[in-house]
Amino acid sequence: MAEIKVSIVSAEREVWSGNAKQIIARTMVGEIGILAGHEPILAILAQGEVRITGVDGQLVTASADDGFLSFDHDIVTVVARNAELT
Amino acid sequence: MGAQLRVYRQKIKSAQTTKKITRAMELISASRIQKAQQRVAASGPYSRAVTRAVSAVATFSNVDHILTTEPEKIERAAIVIFSSDRGLAGAFNTNVLRESGELAARLRHEGKEIVYYLVGRKAAAYFAFRRRDAERIWTGGTDAPEFDTAKEIGDTLVEKFVQPASEGGVDEIHIVYNRFVSMLVQVPEVVRLLPLEIVEGVEAPAENEVMPLYEFEPDVGDVLDALLPVYIESRIFNAMLQSAAAKHAATQKAMKSASDNADKLIKDYTRLANNARQSEITQQISEIVGGADALSSK
Repeated sequence: MAEIKVSIVSAEREVWSGNAKQIIARTMVGEIGILAGHEPILAILAQGEVRITGVDGQLVTASADDGFLSFDHDIVTVVARNAELT
Repeated sequence: MGAQLRVYRQKIKSAQTTKKITRAMELISASRIQKAQQRVAASGPYSRAVTRAVSAVATFSNVDHILTTEPEKIERAAIVIFSSDRGLAGAFNTNVLRESGELAARLRHEGKEIVYYLVGRKAAAYFAFRRRDAERIWTGGTDAPEFDTAKEIGDTLVEKFVQPASEGGVDEIHIVYNRFVSMLVQVPEVVRLLPLEIVEGVEAPAENEVMPLYEFEPDVGDVLDALLPVYIESRIFNAMLQSAAAKHAATQKAMKSASDNADKLIKDYTRLANNARQSEITQQISEIVGGADALSSK
């Protein structure tokens, strides 16, 4: 299965980066799940957590308030002022 | 001990004490540069991601947004000056203030009114001394900038920018700060923040690469609304971090040359003191010899 490259960055530093199978995030209009090959998207995140399923099936969750998510060429960047792993 | 010799000894003492202080400051800022540089590097991914997203929205979609469109007539421009809280950093603050002076002169020449926003005690003192007005001043914490301060500055600027010029808003925002190039070189830099001019981070699409056509959620306008304040904040935060790193580097350089100068002074005065002592001894000997001669020839 194709992988997507994920990086979560906060204002101060890069919080997490790695490869994943799937990423689920809460946007302003609802939850969105992204798999490899999704169309390019720029979405504003609502308060809530971002769930990432790693390549090995491991689940990583992060809180990302006040941020956005961009996806293109199988690279996801979750950008938020205060992003933290939970 | 002769009077002259005592004066030289005092001067040597004083130069030695000064040297201790400057050496300590040199070492302190040397250790802080490391940290400041790491913070600049650590904030890199964030500002790159934000810049990339903003340029994607602004360049590859046709939306008119207040933050990206150039007003027909610019009446008032804001200049944000990033200085430091403390001096003893060579030409660090002078450079940035001179650069902003030149910018102000140019803008005034274009018929724009100017409002100032100052960061750091040195710029505030410079303005207070010349009785110039500043719209707002942020002091404290320039050595280790907090993101909250950047957010506050960003919010103030965006709010002013959204206001129409007739109600005291500004049409253009410039920032002036010292950019950290290397340990030895810091350059004052002027950037027009708003209306947006995105230069860095925009890679022209390669021949065979198609620039992604983004889908926006909820829609382009909302995305821009949310993105631009974030972009401004990240640029301001970046300027603050750069400025902090540059300040530490400038202090280290200034303090190093101060310590070197103290060394030179100590050396010079030691020579002079040795001379004075030698001539004192010579004089004493000749006095004794002369006295003995006078007594024996009686």
